[in-house]
Amino acid sequence: MKALTCIAALIATAPAHAQTMPGMDMPAPIGDAASHSTASAEKVGTDQSPSDTAPPAPPPPADHAADAIWGAAAMAPARERMHHEHGGMRLHQILFNLAEVQVRRGREGYRWDGEGWWGGDIDRFVVKSEGEAQFGHGARVAEVQWLYSRAIGPYYDLQGGVRQDIGAGVRRTYVSIGVEGLAPYWFETEGTLFVSDKGDMLARAEAWYDQRITQRLVLQPRLELNLAAQDVPEQRIGKGLSTAELGLRLRYEIRREFAPYLGLSWDRKIGRTAGYARRDGDGRGGAAAVFGVRGWF
Amino acid sequence: MTPRRRDILKIGGAGALTAWWPGWAAAVSPGLPTAPPGVSGTDIELRIAHHMVRIGGRETHAIGINGTVPGPLLRLREGQDVRLTVINDLPDEDTSIHWHGLLVPFQMDGVPGISFPGIKAGGRFTYEFPIRQSGTYWYHSHSGLQEQMGHYGPIVIDPAGADPIAYDRDHVIVLSDHSAIHPHTIFQRLKQQGGYFNYQKQTLAGQLAGRDQTPAERRAWGKMRMDPTDISDVTGSTYTYLVNGRGPADGWTALFRPGERVRLRFVNASAMTIFNVRIPGLRMSVVATDGLPVRPVTVDAFQIANAETYDVIVTPVDDRAYGLVAEAIDRSGMAFATLAPRPGLLAVAPPLGRRPVVTMKDMGMDMSAMDPDMVDMSSMHMGMRDSRNAPGLPLGPGVQTIAPMPADRTAEPGQGLADVGGKILVYTDLVAANRNPDVRAPSRKLQIHLTGNMERYMWAFDGKKLSEVRDPIPFTAGERVRITLINDTMMNHPIHLHGHFFELVTGHGDHAPRKHTVNVQPGGMVTFDLTANAVGDWAFHCHMLYHMHAGMMQVVSVRPAAA
Repeated sequence: MKALTCIAALIATAPAHAQTMPGMDMPAPIGDAASHSTASAEKVGTDQSPSDTAPPAPPPPADHAADAIWGAAAMAPARERMHHEHGGMRLHQILFNLAEVQVRRGREGYRWDGEGWWGGDIDRFVVKSEGEAQFGHGARVAEVQWLYSRAIGPYYDLQGGVRQDIGAGVRRTYVSIGVEGLAPYWFETEGTLFVSDKGDMLARAEAWYDQRITQRLVLQPRLELNLAAQDVPEQRIGKGLSTAELGLRLRYEIRREFAPYLGLSWDRKIGRTAGYARRDGDGRGGAAAVFGVRGWF
Repeated sequence: MTPRRRDILKIGGAGALTAWWPGWAAAVSPGLPTAPPGVSGTDIELRIAHHMVRIGGRETHAIGINGTVPGPLLRLREGQDVRLTVINDLPDEDTSIHWHGLLVPFQMDGVPGISFPGIKAGGRFTYEFPIRQSGTYWYHSHSGLQEQMGHYGPIVIDPAGADPIAYDRDHVIVLSDHSAIHPHTIFQRLKQQGGYFNYQKQTLAGQLAGRDQTPAERRAWGKMRMDPTDISDVTGSTYTYLVNGRGPADGWTALFRPGERVRLRFVNASAMTIFNVRIPGLRMSVVATDGLPVRPVTVDAFQIANAETYDVIVTPVDDRAYGLVAEAIDRSGMAFATLAPRPGLLAVAPPLGRRPVVTMKDMGMDMSAMDPDMVDMSSMHMGMRDSRNAPGLPLGPGVQTIAPMPADRTAEPGQGLADVGGKILVYTDLVAANRNPDVRAPSRKLQIHLTGNMERYMWAFDGKKLSEVRDPIPFTAGERVRITLINDTMMNHPIHLHGHFFELVTGHGDHAPRKHTVNVQPGGMVTFDLTANAVGDWAFHCHMLYHMHAGMMQVVSVRPAAA
């Protein structure tokens, strides 16, 4: 019925369909656009205008024509399949934007940031994971999120679900809610709010941009900021901006889905979080040379 | 005038070199015999099966019909009855054949789920219908994405009486696109990453070299999240473009004798490719489109959208080879063949043209009528996605843009052809040779928006994918309706209505060109009058295969008026 309502609405507004915009020359109204028969000649065929008293469209039929020939039992599954095959299919993608080795003075480690989705155009199940680790020491910081994702506009998805920390130290569980999508100027963006099982509130913002140098060589600047609404001493997180990570990675797309890269990554604990690190005798961060593969399938 | 059969026999021996191709598509084709065996008559058997084909020296997987890609030419005669038995030898999937452009009873139209239940693996189905028309048509699968894999073939129907088009020899030219990647994978890639197949994007290197858009334009388009190089969704990066199943290097040759009037019957059987066709050194007289004769119009090039057919007459007088060039609309590749007076004489393919860049007009904004200082989109009163420009259209995630000022572009050459020089065929050039069968004024109007989201690869009519629509678009039998298709996207959409011809409203009165498929240019609109005279349910869809698969299709129902 919705389709019918929609069509009926279009018909109802048909006389006003000319997309009138103030101060602009309009194309001639539809239907008259091409009529260039001489004024004296009577208009024939397609040069004629539709009658002014447009009758409404008939109601959609209740039957399916083919049922009468082949039987409803034979047609029903074919029809379901036909509808499903034209827009209803479920797909998936698993993408690691970062999957790399990080080389710093004296402590080599690895870093990953990826996500997978399963579902249709609007509703999807999403799994995200990111973290970093030092070789031989296991994951220092790591997390997994399980999210339900819903398209809320042409470019953005609203995502909500659960995050579980799986790194060293205290492992918290969070409720997470965020948006992910393509911002103007082709920035891939992501913003998420986390509330832990202890009531602590954290937030994260992430953005990257793919600057295409040639058809296959791409430079990706990337920024990730983590914030906290309060001190979380057990996790050595301080109130305010807690960490910042800046990356610059140059990849070569051997295939779109397989692109080795080289780059630089700089991360820093900031403010009160840096204070915790100083008291613990930990470093506040620094620069690393990185190499890895951006991949998806 | 009938083809000179003796001439055909004289040159015909060359076709035997490649016995596995049907004669009309053999590497060297003398032209269509008047009665090729096995693919005409009243009882025809077509067997659908997996098949390896050789394209450009590489073995590649396809779905063939009677062992060939394209399938056999169906040569029929107006007025005859035909029984076509389709045998599905595919091991694990349904199949079907739709007779594109043929006026058949709806239950013989071959769309699973609309016309009939489909043909199960290992099963068979007999289509039976009278041939009520003549001209150049084609057939293809309407199941899944089989069409992309080679499941298509041409139909030539000779008129019951004398052919109104005079010619000495005719050749069928089936244009298509073939990929070694499975079509389901192609579709998945399109969903996973917008622009996956586009290797002609704007780059920093290009900007430094001063190519394409200016920095200011790049910023404006970046702000809109629109890629001005997005001309074709699937490109020559994966496609080999074919003439009669042969790649550009395979040297398919159509023979002629200098001075003959040669009728070339072009069929675009591509899944995703619009072609720009030209024969350097020859002008072409367009004499028919979508099977039906038009008043001859002489052109240097024409664009053929998916599923359209064009018949042209060429009269090569020189004793030399001519190249038949069908460039993909994004210039990422070409289909290429040779017209030659004898076998072994090959034409040389010209270099590809430069890929076009999408303009503001392609976005449904004709900036030429506007103050150039207003190019900043955000400050414009006309938004890119303003519901006031399409009342009633649901503004869901699948609707990326709504054309604020869609223009009737039927008098314009197709995308990328405005500046190539020479006479380019435009839709307004087409005038039906015969008076239209129904010359009534339409009794009502209907508008349909062609909508999409290139980032999510969603495509639909009026913002609703077929998977979300239950009710058909209803018509009363015999009513005449003026339908306007408004393209809110910046891609071309060749729209096909099954079971009917419609008359384009392009200023030709009762000699409007009648078509079964019409391309709606980006940001453009096309109006046609439809006499809904075929009772039944019919498919109505974009003939870009993956647009249709993504949901750009609906059902049209035609029912007798309520008593």
